[in-house]
Amino acid sequence: MSLQKAEVEKIAHLARISLSEADIPLYTHHLSNILAFVEQMNQIDTASLTPMAHPLDATARLRPDIVSETNQRDHFQTIAPQVEAGLYLVPKVIE
Amino acid sequence: MHNKTLTELAQALQQRQCSSVELTHYFLNRIERYNAQLNSFITVTTEVALAQAHAADQRLQSGQADRLTGIPMAHKDIFCTQGIKTSCGSKILDNFIAPYNATVVEKCQATGLVMLGKTNMDEFAMGSSNETSYYGPVKNPWDLQAVPGGSSGGSAAAVAARLTPIATGTDTGGSIRQPAALCGLTGLKPTYSLVSRYGMIAFASSLDQGGPIGLTAQDVALLLNVLAGFDTRDSTSLAHPPEDYQSHLNDSLAGIKIGLPREYFGEGLSSDIGQVLETAIKELEQAGATCHDIHLPNTALAVPAYYIIAPAECSSNLSRFDGVRFGYRCQDPSDIIDLYKRSRGEGFGAEVKRRIMIGTYALSAGYYDAYYLQAQKIRRLISQDFANAFKEVDVILGPTSPTTAFNLGEKTDDPVKMYLSDIYTIPVNLAGLPALSIPVGFIKQRPVGMQLIGNYLREAQLLNIAHQYQQRTAWHKQIPPQFT
Repeated sequence: MSLQKAEVEKIAHLARISLSEADIPLYTHHLSNILAFVEQMNQIDTASLTPMAHPLDATARLRPDIVSETNQRDHFQTIAPQVEAGLYLVPKVIE
Repeated sequence: MHNKTLTELAQALQQRQCSSVELTHYFLNRIERYNAQLNSFITVTTEVALAQAHAADQRLQSGQADRLTGIPMAHKDIFCTQGIKTSCGSKILDNFIAPYNATVVEKCQATGLVMLGKTNMDEFAMGSSNETSYYGPVKNPWDLQAVPGGSSGGSAAAVAARLTPIATGTDTGGSIRQPAALCGLTGLKPTYSLVSRYGMIAFASSLDQGGPIGLTAQDVALLLNVLAGFDTRDSTSLAHPPEDYQSHLNDSLAGIKIGLPREYFGEGLSSDIGQVLETAIKELEQAGATCHDIHLPNTALAVPAYYIIAPAECSSNLSRFDGVRFGYRCQDPSDIIDLYKRSRGEGFGAEVKRRIMIGTYALSAGYYDAYYLQAQKIRRLISQDFANAFKEVDVILGPTSPTTAFNLGEKTDDPVKMYLSDIYTIPVNLAGLPALSIPVGFIKQRPVGMQLIGNYLREAQLLNIAHQYQQRTAWHKQIPPQFT
């Protein structure tokens, strides 16, 4: 499995990661090597196997729908990069 | 003082031979003296430690102490500590002061353990050598040219150099056991979800598990008693009744059946490690255990499957680091997409970016079945291998790592080569089983670790075998010469 530069750029965009032009060749090389390495899985016939998502095949536990946490907005926002009037600030999203 | 086990330290505290404040000062002094050489701590929490030690001394005086009250310890910097920097070894969390405590941290506090600091680690626990940390690599106390293993390399180096009596770690593909092996320590990865994952920064949620790294099986058992237990705040937490992991340490090994998987002793294992293990196996046989050849035929598929499953889960888990609510934000973003992309591009290191991108690719339209679903089916095969083996034997024995500690820089240029150093530990995480590593010898002054894998929730049995081995040998008592 060998990735092309354009594919790596697309994956980086989907993953919301900026890559510098200079770094792309090395990422392309490393990611291609990793995909080539995992390719050996395809030699195995797994048609009869059920996928295993959880080591103990457990399902999510349910709990009663009651409030268990208090609102700590101010506390949590003390570590935010930029806040104003209790809101997280980001660049303008809607024109 | 620094060579005492937890049991001996607890006794010294309870008999007033020393106070917790004295003990804490003693280890803080060792950290100050030696940490610059090792880089094993990201943050040393002197003030918190002394305040906790004072409180512990009051508990000891008033007769309200628990078994481990007043004993110093260290937490891997993946566990959230309220009011204290929790970096996960990453630039993106370099400014992150956790607003709450991990359950593991809370349990340690409640029993009166004293936190000396937060230990260095591979960034987001992605690495096998501690070289992906934003805070620089950790050195192996046995040889400063060598890596300590990873990702819990800071915890392992700190315990091996006796800068802390014990530490926590986490293990997603071997990150407790491999550094324990490379640093000559006892490290236990419990059954998946025996220890709460609440407040343990997530890497791959179906694989991550916290556990102790210490000098002896008994020490590890004592800390596991504190760490294990059901937690409503972890949606996958096991509802398993509390156990005393010390209670079976002295059981006889007579009748215990140990399986030796041929796949763990074949091609890829350094031959001198094979010889060291042979000697350790004979020791266990003399203690009454019997050994049997077994097969885990799909072992070679574990690392490929893991490098789809773990990146897939990490690409999802790490999407929360977006520069909006906490952590690093890039300068002057032009729009929201630029904010996300540059905050992440500048905040994450190369290995983390590689894994997020592999995961993103494996989960993207058109590739999901070929990669992610196939990997989950292989995971089933690996798990079935173990289930079949446990019909024949009680525990499985093999190497923890294919080599002893490698040199700094030796594998950093080739991610796949680095991944293969976890070939014997990764299958255990895929199946969710408990396993530990204990020191069983040295090759060229570098420690060799032996791995014992148990069936689900058989931690006590693993610790029993490890303890019996340690009663007959002295490998766990060796101290790196520069840190005596």
